[in-house]
Amino acid sequence: MSAPTEAAAGTWAFTPENLELAKRIIAKYPPGRQASAVMPLLDLAQRQNDNWLPRAAMDYVADMLEMPRIRAYEVATFYTMYNLKPVGKHFIQICTTTPCWLKGSDQIVEACEKKLGIGLGETTPDGQFTVIEVECLGACVNAPMMQIGDDYYEDLTPETTEAILDALARGETPKDGPQNGRIRSCPKSGPTTLIDQAVRVGVKPAGQS
Amino acid sequence: MLRDEDRIFTNLYGFESPFLDGAKQRGDWEGTKELLDLGREKIIELVKESGLRGRGGAGFSTGMKWSFMPKKTDGGPVYLVINADEGEPGTCKDREIMRHDPHKLIEGCLIAGFAIGATACYIYIRGEFYDEGSNVQRAIDEAYAAGLIGKNACGSGYDYDIDLHRGRGAYICGEETALIESLEGKKGQPRNKPPFPAMAGLYSRPTTVNNVESVAVVPTILRRGASWFAGLGRPKNSGTKLFCISGHVNEPCTVEEEMGIPLKELIEKHCGGVRGGWDNLLAIIPGGSSVPVIPKEICDTVLMDFDSLREVKSGLGTAAVIVMDKSTDIVKAIARLSKFYMHESCGQCTPCREGTGWLWRVMDRMVKGQARVEEIDMLLDVTKEIEGHTICALGDAAAWPVQGLIRHFRPEMEKRILDYRARADRGGARMAAE
Repeated sequence: MSAPTEAAAGTWAFTPENLELAKRIIAKYPPGRQASAVMPLLDLAQRQNDNWLPRAAMDYVADMLEMPRIRAYEVATFYTMYNLKPVGKHFIQICTTTPCWLKGSDQIVEACEKKLGIGLGETTPDGQFTVIEVECLGACVNAPMMQIGDDYYEDLTPETTEAILDALARGETPKDGPQNGRIRSCPKSGPTTLIDQAVRVGVKPAGQS
Repeated sequence: MLRDEDRIFTNLYGFESPFLDGAKQRGDWEGTKELLDLGREKIIELVKESGLRGRGGAGFSTGMKWSFMPKKTDGGPVYLVINADEGEPGTCKDREIMRHDPHKLIEGCLIAGFAIGATACYIYIRGEFYDEGSNVQRAIDEAYAAGLIGKNACGSGYDYDIDLHRGRGAYICGEETALIESLEGKKGQPRNKPPFPAMAGLYSRPTTVNNVESVAVVPTILRRGASWFAGLGRPKNSGTKLFCISGHVNEPCTVEEEMGIPLKELIEKHCGGVRGGWDNLLAIIPGGSSVPVIPKEICDTVLMDFDSLREVKSGLGTAAVIVMDKSTDIVKAIARLSKFYMHESCGQCTPCREGTGWLWRVMDRMVKGQARVEEIDMLLDVTKEIEGHTICALGDAAAWPVQGLIRHFRPEMEKRILDYRARADRGGARMAAE
């Protein structure tokens, strides 16, 4: 882990609302097993802290859970979803593992880099966008895809990727999910199964015009 | 083809409400108390009879796994832990259950927990599945409010809590003992076995870890009968299965089908065929990134179940079918998987920590052909040094895709090396020195 660049320990704390939430999270686990809450509490801290985790927040969470601080650092550095340095307001994670790569994730990376003028792992100078490459996000039948914040954007093309970035830059929240008009993981030209259910909700099964 | 009336996941695409109102219309939570009244041993017996094999990849009998749990305990906690850390490249089936049919999972958690004598259940979901987790949490909240779980669940006299735990990004936590470590608030590094989780799992208490799909199908199996499930598919490979077909097909999708469906039929019936037609097929990874790739001539006839795919030296794994047409750089496709395993190795065992890096570096050169022909055998040797020499199966999972590549595509690898050499000879020392 890189040396802490932020304020010293002791200066970071949960907001009153998050403190309440933290107590409810801790209560999910048996008495004496509060260390189990370290992952959700670090996540809560990161969400409170503009999507990155300063060391002071790790210390705060470790102290709250009465665990050695080194254990919280171990967790924060082991799992990829903790950001150990500041990231842009829109945190873009492009999957490039084989199923997405087969469907053109290289072009999605290129579209993001070109549009934003930054490379993988970089943040735009205005602090609006960070782009990184990630391993499989588990939406392979909707490849290629990227995650922005908590949302999955799927069935991407370079054009729809640019449109999403444009919308974010305008301050809008583009609709998540497939960007090619299909219904979630259903075949694009209509379901081949669950025909009655589809018809009931007005979805045309495959092979019907 | 499986008939619609034999499908378990009737809201796979989210045409209807995923929540309690929709779930009840689909028959979930109907007579759950009567199912619990069958008793622990009878439920386990029926699940064994159904032939259900774990849907997380290993294909071990679910009923058998449950029967390993102690029949009598000291009265302390016993846990069911649901592995919802879906992260095997190609795999996105549990995602559909959790976002569109979460009550099937919750009801399954209650019945499975009861069968193994659990006092509580944690569902460990990968952190990136934010909306999916939120739907599962809402289903849990609805089930508590309706008295279906919690104290005196479904009026059965059985007290049972279910909680959701979100992971934070680590493929290795899909390994059951790494998952348990993670749930305890530690780095996800697999434990040495024995002791097995059934003896000492979460908080050193008896624990069963089951995949989402394995548990979510149990209520329907009990309702429709073990023989119904056993009657689908082939002997020892029974039931229905969620398949996720990605890559170079015209219509990638997730679909529930009968076990043992021919691979070709699966792709032609549900995915609009291979891009450019079946003859444009190069190879398929039939069960998620960990299983060896199979070339077209095997794909022509192979059946999609555990034993059929094992016979051709591959595996059903998670039934994540990754299709590659003839435009694919097959060496690069497998090399990218080597990079994945290098990234995801937890670093605990030397053969895996060092070996996955070795595989990636050599594979990266193989993509360009910047290697010697003898290095193909050296690469194979390295995979054998990793396979079977680590605490968990990640090392095996890193080794198998490379082994599959060498088994079926050695001529392509050799050709690439010879081509590179020829270019280098023509281009002089400059390229060779790169």
